[in-house]
Amino acid sequence: MEITALLEIVDVSRHFDDFVALDKVSLHIEAGEFFTLLGPSGCGKTTLLRLIAGFDQPDSGDILLDGKSITSAPPEQRPLHTIFQNYALFPHMTVAENIGFPLRMAGCAKKDIQARVAEALENVRLPDKARHYPDALSGGQKQRIAIARALVNRPRLLLLDEPLSALDAKLREQMQIELINLQKDIGITFIYVTHDQGEALALSHRIAVMDQGRIVQVDVPERLYGFPNSRFVADFIGKCNLLEGHVREQQGDSVTVELDGLGVVHICRSETKCVAGSRCALTLRPEKIRLATTVSPTEDESHFSGSVHDMLYLGDVTVYIVALANGLLLEALLANSASGRTNFFEVGDPVEVAWSCDAGHLVLG
Amino acid sequence: MMIKKNLLLWISAALVYLFLYLPLVIVVVFSFNDSRLNAEWVGFTWKWYGKLLHNREMLGAAMNSLIIATVSAGAATILGTLAGMAMSQNRLRFLPLLVLAPIAMPEILMGVSLLLLFIMVNMTLGLLSIMLAHITFCIGFVALSVQARMSSMDPALVEAARDLGASPWRCFREITLPLLMPGILAGGLMAFTLSIDDFVITFFTAGVGSSTLPLQIYSMVKIAVTPEVNAVSTLLMLLTLVVIVGASRLSPAIFRGE
Repeated sequence: MEITALLEIVDVSRHFDDFVALDKVSLHIEAGEFFTLLGPSGCGKTTLLRLIAGFDQPDSGDILLDGKSITSAPPEQRPLHTIFQNYALFPHMTVAENIGFPLRMAGCAKKDIQARVAEALENVRLPDKARHYPDALSGGQKQRIAIARALVNRPRLLLLDEPLSALDAKLREQMQIELINLQKDIGITFIYVTHDQGEALALSHRIAVMDQGRIVQVDVPERLYGFPNSRFVADFIGKCNLLEGHVREQQGDSVTVELDGLGVVHICRSETKCVAGSRCALTLRPEKIRLATTVSPTEDESHFSGSVHDMLYLGDVTVYIVALANGLLLEALLANSASGRTNFFEVGDPVEVAWSCDAGHLVLG
Repeated sequence: MMIKKNLLLWISAALVYLFLYLPLVIVVVFSFNDSRLNAEWVGFTWKWYGKLLHNREMLGAAMNSLIIATVSAGAATILGTLAGMAMSQNRLRFLPLLVLAPIAMPEILMGVSLLLLFIMVNMTLGLLSIMLAHITFCIGFVALSVQARMSSMDPALVEAARDLGASPWRCFREITLPLLMPGILAGGLMAFTLSIDDFVITFFTAGVGSSTLPLQIYSMVKIAVTPEVNAVSTLLMLLTLVVIVGASRLSPAIFRGE
């Protein structure tokens, strides 16, 4: 399969007075991708989206669509549309007029507009709302109309700026599934901005994690979660225990690490290239930790003793905060999937923790 | 204690309103009084209103006032709208001061300085000079009204329109202008009432044969407050009231001080 970069962002920088919003950001986004820009607020993800949409101009760098520079093109000349956080439906126009707006601007014939608006309303399952004004719609309905309006003239690219943040949790999940299916059906490239890592993992083909105006890591969700390239990514995506230490030696893909105050652990199938003596942290997801009253550790496992420091019962799972011998707090997860009694431990109980040698992933620095 | 306090408040409020509105009520009532004197109630009549219709000077002044108010309000609405939009962008810090200063300036000062200007440029005082003067002090009111409306408008709407293919001009025509319209109309109506009621500035900038209704009323009052003056004042009051109510309907936010 030939990989075609639909959108290329080359060394784009943007400063606001002294604040560096984007610092030499480069990205390739492929045709048909569901691509997410993820990061905490102020990381530059919205600034980048506004540069792609044309609402703002970069200080330096280039933005190419299909290999042609669109950096200085005004928004109306870019074959892409934006879904705004608050939907930005025109309050003085009916739903049908809103959806017909881009067609009218493109100079389509009236008959043509009517037919395509009707079809678009059918697609978002709101055919009876044509004559309503946006004020009369619910949040989810506004969302769907905004999507219908942005897709009615088939843009090359759809930009979505935290479109689900105004919806309540249940509706959000439903809209996430709708967005995934929609993107699959129409095959238009989506660039999605969010600060919600769960949403990013659930929706995206690829995610770019941003921090302080830079891109930290670009990868598929599974790789980002399993193999973060930095403490920041490990900590930002999902829950993660970070065990500080330094590298003792590396032999092929097997690494020996001395964890501060805990002792030596072995890591197998490591993907991190490291030098003996360098500082590192072992990232360990809570669900990878085995928790038991007594463990008979196998060859491939590291194991330590501790006691339950705190626990959080969440229904489907219980989170245990385990205090290890050196005072380090480790977060572990137990699924409450067994029938009957589900509280395995109480606060203060002595417990053993263990993880297999390929459960953790090393980040350097 | 509470009740006593409330009662005092109510009484003082009633007195204030009485003081404000009683004179107006007297004018209205005596405009229907079948007597030459504003002293005692004799009987109901429409005859002062009938007399107004045959008073050439009065009709001419009324016509002048309408023309001046319509033209000045129209011009001030266009200029004030542009000023209001520019002010809401917050890029020109000194602009609000420039636009709003004529509102805060004492009217007598405005009147005298405009008169000096017109004399300096050798302009004949008449309808045109009055209109220019009225436009000057009306712009600020329209600008305020439009700015208030503009700042309550979601900036994403303009971006959305551009994003969906509208050029800057079409975006203005299709999105910004319709959404600002209540503020623009309210400002325009306010400008109309301010222009039609204005006395001080008009007094300085009017010439021979360009008397307006307020000036005409003043010249009549110099002799005596006749029932005819009461009648024309009542009509002027009615017109102002209708326009102000219209403006408040169009843009309630401005009148609630939001």
